[in-house]
Amino acid sequence: MPTMQTSQSITQKLANPTRFMDLSGRLLPWITVASAGIIAYAMYLVFFVAPPDYQQGQTVKIMYIHVPSAWLGMMAYALIAISSFGLLVFRHPLADVSAKAAAPIGAAFTLLALLTGSLWGKPMWGTYWVWDARLTSVLLLFFLYLGLMALRSSIEDEALAAKLTAVLALVGVILLPIIKFSVDWWNTLHQPSTGLTTTVHASIRVPLLISAFGFSLLFFAMHMKAMRNEILRRRVKALRMAEVERAQSNSPPGNPSVSGDIRARAAQAGE
Amino acid sequence: MRGAFATFVALVRRDLVLAVREGGALGTALGFFLIVVALMPLGLGPDLNLLSRIASGVLWIALLLAALLSLPRIFEADYEDGALEVMAMGELPMEMVAAAKSLAHWISTGIPLALMAPMLGILLNLDLASAPVLVATMLAGTPAISFLGSIGAALTLKARRGGLLLALLVLPLYIPTLIFGISTVNAASLASDSFWPSFAILVALSLGSAVLGPIAAAAAVKFQIQ
Amino acid sequence: MKLAAESLVLVRGSRTIVDGLSFAVQAGRALALTGPNGVGKTTLIRAIAGFLTPASGTIRLDGGEPDLTLAEQSHYIGHLNGMKSSLTVEENLAFWALYLRDATAVALQDRVSDALAGFELDVLRDIPAGYLSAGQKRRLGLARLLVARRPVWLLDEPTVSLDARSTELLAAAVDRHTESNGIVIAATHLALGLSRTDELQLSPHRAVA
Repeated sequence: MPTMQTSQSITQKLANPTRFMDLSGRLLPWITVASAGIIAYAMYLVFFVAPPDYQQGQTVKIMYIHVPSAWLGMMAYALIAISSFGLLVFRHPLADVSAKAAAPIGAAFTLLALLTGSLWGKPMWGTYWVWDARLTSVLLLFFLYLGLMALRSSIEDEALAAKLTAVLALVGVILLPIIKFSVDWWNTLHQPSTGLTTTVHASIRVPLLISAFGFSLLFFAMHMKAMRNEILRRRVKALRMAEVERAQSNSPPGNPSVSGDIRARAAQAGE
Repeated sequence: MRGAFATFVALVRRDLVLAVREGGALGTALGFFLIVVALMPLGLGPDLNLLSRIASGVLWIALLLAALLSLPRIFEADYEDGALEVMAMGELPMEMVAAAKSLAHWISTGIPLALMAPMLGILLNLDLASAPVLVATMLAGTPAISFLGSIGAALTLKARRGGLLLALLVLPLYIPTLIFGISTVNAASLASDSFWPSFAILVALSLGSAVLGPIAAAAAVKFQIQ
Repeated sequence: MKLAAESLVLVRGSRTIVDGLSFAVQAGRALALTGPNGVGKTTLIRAIAGFLTPASGTIRLDGGEPDLTLAEQSHYIGHLNGMKSSLTVEENLAFWALYLRDATAVALQDRVSDALAGFELDVLRDIPAGYLSAGQKRRLGLARLLVARRPVWLLDEPTVSLDARSTELLAAAVDRHTESNGIVIAATHLALGLSRTDELQLSPHRAVA
């Protein structure tokens, strides 16, 4: 007969929330300071060192925020997908915390990418929005984020919400490349290339990379902080529930728990 | 194996019988399809050239919205009356249950909507010569709507505001089908070489979603009958 | 045949509902689950039916079909009947007779007839289930037990909305099932007055903070 059995896996024992809280508590200040410093240095390079583009002038400086935002918007989705996989397959206790914490941050960066892209587009294309393949794909990514957050918030049972959101995240990650491919196909049918992809000079590339690195650290700092908040929120919730149970419990305090006290006895009839 | 196939067919047949007897749902979807199409000229103006140019796109979008309306039916009733729990006790894997129910949804909703599209096309001055191609692309593309839609239907079984949420979850997943559905129609009207490639991709999208949809929907259903 | 649970722990959300429960039911016996509301009778039955995966511990059916899971050899009667109101009584049962695998070679039509007879639904066979009263619907739900022969019956409050006569019919069906070496696990407030029955009294488990 097949049996139903689950037991704590080794990864579950290793990565318990307590250890995470301990480690992240020590790392977080350093990451925060490092990201602030690197972003400040990148901004110095952007505004005082990097040359204005000969075609785009000073507006090119939006790119130093736009590109890292777009990249982090995608990376956050990858992180959510990996976390979702970890939740559904390995039942990793931190996986859902990570997925839940990453969604709003990823959505915010995606939105930032859309807004900066739109602001950049105004001087470039003469309009705030064009149905460029990239903009369209990023917009759809933003919709996926909205779907993830809306689904989670509309299901009361948090454990169930976590699993269902993970299913949606994995469906999304399978479909994202297909959506991207179809949007590219659609774009080539309808519109000539907008010529955004010009070769990038080192004078622009280096500040861009530094800026991207700083923003990535910022992302990790925010993600870690959000995970810590979520863990604390869950602890508060657990304590409250325990309090409710204690209030409900009829057995007087101090009485040893009689959990699983089972007496099977033959009924009078028949024996 | 033979037994599993018979069970699958029995389940599809039962869902179809229910769709016919309980009626309503298809009528609502068709009515909605008609309304959305009728609103277009009212919003865009009665210029026949413009309408004719955008007819196939409008019909595709209206079809997506109309099909969306009927998606909750895939699992909702069986969840609420406990039938899904009994199905979980059978030997047919939940993935096949989800596939059977999505297939029944396609037959009872996708096919009628696709067949009705040319008639509504008349309202939009659709070039009648392109109607057969339009129907063909809709028939090839609507399975993806049912199979991908079953994921959303399963995910929102216990959700508050399920209907609105379903639209938000599912519509982005429909974008590839929409794009290739319309590009196939356009390719046909231009007699372009890209007709067969985009038609093939449309079919591939439907086949791919027939695999992905039941797996994801079954996972979502199993989590919810715990 | 024997259905056995060993040091079973069942958790819903963050609450431990059953903690370290072990029991065994031999073929031909019925087990009545008793205890106050909220003690985990429904959760236990749903875990045996395979809806809920135990946090730890095992549930096994020894001596059943080796290729089938416990759920595939069980009937589960929950609070809902799983019947379609626009299908007739007979159509409903015929669908489940086809859908749920039967261990015997009895023809489908005969199984449906037996089920109709077993719960006195013959006269209603052509009536859509939507027209039935609550008690009749419940009998229809219970008749599912007889459309496919499965060794384990899991009954969660099966007597809800049944009148005295219908309760007798259920008791008779359960009695025949245990007589032919079936296993019954029932969560019920009412004693069914059955022979060959053991009782498993669940007591409240205090959640650990």
